[in-house]
Amino acid sequence: MKIVVCVKQVPDSETRVRVGADGRRVDLAGVSMVVNPYDEFALEAALQLKEAAGAGEVVVLTLGTAAAAATMRTALAMGADRGVLLKADPSEADGRAVSEALAAQLKTLAPDLVLFGKQAIDDDGAQVGPRVAELLGLPCVTVVTGLTVTDGRVRAEREVEGGLEVCACSLPAVITTQKGLNDPRYPSLKGIMAAKKKEILEVETALPAPGLAVRKVSPPPARKPGRIVGTGREAVPELVRVLREEARVI
Amino acid sequence: MAILVFIEARDGAIRRVSLEVLGAARSVAAGLGGAPVVAVLPGHQVREVAALGPAGADRVLVYDAPHFRGYTPDGYAAAVAEAAGKVAATAVLFPASAMGKDLAPRVAARLGAGLATDCTGLRAEGGELIATRPVYAGKVFAEVAWDRPPQVASLRPKIFEPLPPDAGRSAAVETLPAPVSEADLKVRAVETVAAAQGQVDLTEAEIIVSGGRGMKGPEGYGILEQLAGALGGVVGASRAAVDAGWRPHADQVGQTGKTVSPKLYVACGISGAIQHLAGMSGSRCIVAINKDGDAPIFKVSDYGVVGDLFEVVPALTEQLRKLDGR
Repeated sequence: MKIVVCVKQVPDSETRVRVGADGRRVDLAGVSMVVNPYDEFALEAALQLKEAAGAGEVVVLTLGTAAAAATMRTALAMGADRGVLLKADPSEADGRAVSEALAAQLKTLAPDLVLFGKQAIDDDGAQVGPRVAELLGLPCVTVVTGLTVTDGRVRAEREVEGGLEVCACSLPAVITTQKGLNDPRYPSLKGIMAAKKKEILEVETALPAPGLAVRKVSPPPARKPGRIVGTGREAVPELVRVLREEARVI
Repeated sequence: MAILVFIEARDGAIRRVSLEVLGAARSVAAGLGGAPVVAVLPGHQVREVAALGPAGADRVLVYDAPHFRGYTPDGYAAAVAEAAGKVAATAVLFPASAMGKDLAPRVAARLGAGLATDCTGLRAEGGELIATRPVYAGKVFAEVAWDRPPQVASLRPKIFEPLPPDAGRSAAVETLPAPVSEADLKVRAVETVAAAQGQVDLTEAEIIVSGGRGMKGPEGYGILEQLAGALGGVVGASRAAVDAGWRPHADQVGQTGKTVSPKLYVACGISGAIQHLAGMSGSRCIVAINKDGDAPIFKVSDYGVVGDLFEVVPALTEQLRKLDGR
């Protein structure tokens, strides 16, 4: 089975995000970049499927600048076989542009299974996976917390309000992964060494026009300063009073 | 030209999130040249469809078929995309619920449209839509505009208000056949498993009582369940608590969990890591209970109590029960 895992390079979740000088983008200077955390679940799922089958290939597909190769190496160190980097400046791209570029490459790669994280933690778009599926005419299950593939059939559990939906489809298919699906492995020293020799194919890519343009970014609306109502259990009556009379939330 | 609103129904009942989106659609209709608001409802034998008129719809398109009883991504996407063409939609709006989040990208792809997901603001300017959406889990907010119609967006639950039902309004309801046969569905729902507690999802909860590392272990959450019970809320958790295996991942609030906007968020034993703050700082009122008076959580809280949560939380629960006369 050939599995492609689409991986995005994003700022670490501990990053303090600053508005850039142009007011339209965030300032990512000096920020540490990592594999998008949700994509790690996709990678782990791909590696487990390959290991269980005892055969197959796991390809990492990334759209980004040359710097994105660094996080692709992390994915290769986890155990992916090779990488394809669609080299482009994604700073003005949106979900439509990225999904069109990825779908074009996926047609060439012709995998049995395409895995994505359910969303990237930078732009929180949560749309590229299902859009790619539509462009390729493939079945797609999103936000998956349970996944089995048997004889070309996929069984996937997805999170919905107040429960789980169990869905079935056939391969080839697109799946987006959610926390809870598995525990992603850490790259081993051996894996890190091996990753240095693995191939990353760079493909110069012209991005299609975006469907959305960012007009400005701004800090979240400021919260008005709060106050300490007291210490220990003695503070409880005052807390209940302010919640009822000032905030009126209970 | 029209504003198309996807109406979500589960088990034959229209969900409140859909009415929030109808309200938002109405609020921008005048700014989009007085475009009519058209509701599109794929489903089977959905009840109280006539209520969509008083809730803001001018016209309702019902795609009714037995195989539309439960959510089917391909089937619903085909129906909504067909409706968008039929009414020449200038905008297509979804609730950013589990169903809406799954469906909106598929419809946007079929329409070749830009999609703004999980928006917290929507307005019309110069005859076009401008959306505000949190990015980096709310560490910053982005204002976005589309390159061309249709302008497709999903709207975060609990941000937009449904309109008060206006009995003087009514909508013409048309019933249409499903554009996809059951045999053509690529993804089939096998079964639905209700959560153990059968509770309200965090993203739709009015009140959340959340616990972090300070809970010291899974058994500590008993007092949070009791407080949540007294408040009529649900229990959430920080990443530290979920990663420690104390709570299921579905309970996690933060950048790699759920972004929530309840009217009251009670953070117990949560220090306030930036990735947690990102997920809950959209709450209307935040209360922090923490023994460390310097914890960052107090900087975003409206009200703080410095103290041992194992004393403060049970005392709070007791006081609330007393007031309720229970």
